[in-house]
Amino acid sequence: MSTPSDIPISDLPHENQGWIDSLTDRVADLGGVVLDALAEVGSMSLFAWRMFTWLFSRLPPRGTLTPSFYQIGVLSLPVVALTGTFIGMVLAVQSFAQFRMLGMETRMGAVINMSLVRELGPVLAATMLAGRVGSSMAAELGTMRVTEQIDALSSMGANPIHYLVVPRFLGCLLLIPALTIMADFMGMVGAGLFSIHLLGVDSHHYMENTRQFVSHFDLFVGVFKSLFFGGAIALIGCHRGFHCNPGAEGVGRAATSAFVLSFVAILFLDLMLGIVLDAVYYSIWPEAPKLF
Amino acid sequence: MVHASSTAAGRRPLVSIERLGVTFGRNCVLRDVRLRIQRGETVAVIGESGCGKTVLLKTIIGLLNPTSGSVWFDGQDLASLNERELTQQRIRYGFLFQQAALFDSMTVAQNVAFPLRQHRTLPEAEIQQTVVARLAEVGLPDNVLGKRPAELSGGMRKRVGLARALVLEPELMLYDEPTTGLDPIMSDVINELILSTRKKHPVTSVIVTHDMRTAHKVADRVVMLYPSARLKPDEPQVLFDGPPETIEKADDPRVTQFVRGEARERLMELHQQNG
Repeated sequence: MSTPSDIPISDLPHENQGWIDSLTDRVADLGGVVLDALAEVGSMSLFAWRMFTWLFSRLPPRGTLTPSFYQIGVLSLPVVALTGTFIGMVLAVQSFAQFRMLGMETRMGAVINMSLVRELGPVLAATMLAGRVGSSMAAELGTMRVTEQIDALSSMGANPIHYLVVPRFLGCLLLIPALTIMADFMGMVGAGLFSIHLLGVDSHHYMENTRQFVSHFDLFVGVFKSLFFGGAIALIGCHRGFHCNPGAEGVGRAATSAFVLSFVAILFLDLMLGIVLDAVYYSIWPEAPKLF
Repeated sequence: MVHASSTAAGRRPLVSIERLGVTFGRNCVLRDVRLRIQRGETVAVIGESGCGKTVLLKTIIGLLNPTSGSVWFDGQDLASLNERELTQQRIRYGFLFQQAALFDSMTVAQNVAFPLRQHRTLPEAEIQQTVVARLAEVGLPDNVLGKRPAELSGGMRKRVGLARALVLEPELMLYDEPTTGLDPIMSDVINELILSTRKKHPVTSVIVTHDMRTAHKVADRVVMLYPSARLKPDEPQVLFDGPPETIEKADDPRVTQFVRGEARERLMELHQQNG
């Protein structure tokens, strides 16, 4: 192996030349990353387009829908319920001291339940779904890709998007509202029981404040947002699986990237939908107090 | 769209591959390949690993798109079909994958019945009857019906894959290395099954293999592909196209080397790389 002292001085790059080369290399690397990201967005958009054309032309066989719905909805319920309960209790613990200092413990119900219904319920249910279902979809479909089972489906005249992706998309889209409501409900129960029975907050005022401040529109906002989260989780998980690289490493990467991308998509969609739904809210109730 | 040149010849080939090129990134796998397969023919495509045999097979069924050139099936250019039409067209094909590609989540019976349930509206009893008959044809007893693919040996999986591929009585059967990974006896069983399939059904077959015994035993015609990276710019990728009995007398030494299994310059390359 040659050391820097072995290299003839004439072969060493000129100082300025080296600086320009290093800069162009970095620009090229950055360009490569941007192009890869654009290609990924394009590939995902085409995948979603193909899925929607199949979704609106023909429903998949019932035999494919039932297992997907069971896997996505029924098997996710316990973990979503458990997470919701604990988050409700944690919120109660964290907010109690602050509210007590102000002598406003009974307002805890309004704040905790509003946070749960508008943000934490839908985001938690979606995160759990991305971790439990999104990555498992990517791993399952990735394994099917690697072992040529997806090609086998195509070779037998069954469209893999119609057969594999549409049922998973429908499962996530239609069942995530139920999971969100479950997370909301269990969070409220957890926070309520903890606040009233363990922290000694007055139950009547806790409930009354909740009823006064948490509206149907807040519940609608959470459930409506969850539809987008569910759709994104299914599309990202299935897309990662369909474009999985060969081998065990490829399947592992597909599963990991499905979760990471889904999580980023959930947070991004949450922000965008939050802004849009706020605008809708103020267009319906213009007299409501505004942030800005 | 009708393939004009072939109709003029009087007898239209079932598969016509015209100046086919397939490139993945910078890797050119197939280059300017021309091949015509007549109805009823059994063609063995041979060549060393990485020469593009499987890619050729997947391009014939439309699982891979050509980078250049075209693939015609029964006078129709596959590129002119939309996704839905191509899906329908594939009912006329049967494909035996290298590792059988059985669906893990289904039993053997569900795997074999899959194409029937997908494309035919038949009573359940008739589907079961057909599944049992197809499995019997490939020499598998009734007690495998309820088993999962993971519980079967490699040879049994291949036979289930063959039963599934044949269940809709396809016009064109594509076999991707049907004997790879099997013991010599099971390889011969698969070869016999390919022959008996041809006797029972009027099927055209393309068999991708590097097993010369399979090529000699089942093929009417052998086509040898050579890796495009090793060819000179003006050389065709198909080094040999003729009956199996003439392949050993081929003029090109690269063909005879492959048939006899002689490494020669590959060994030299290996020695050069090592030191």
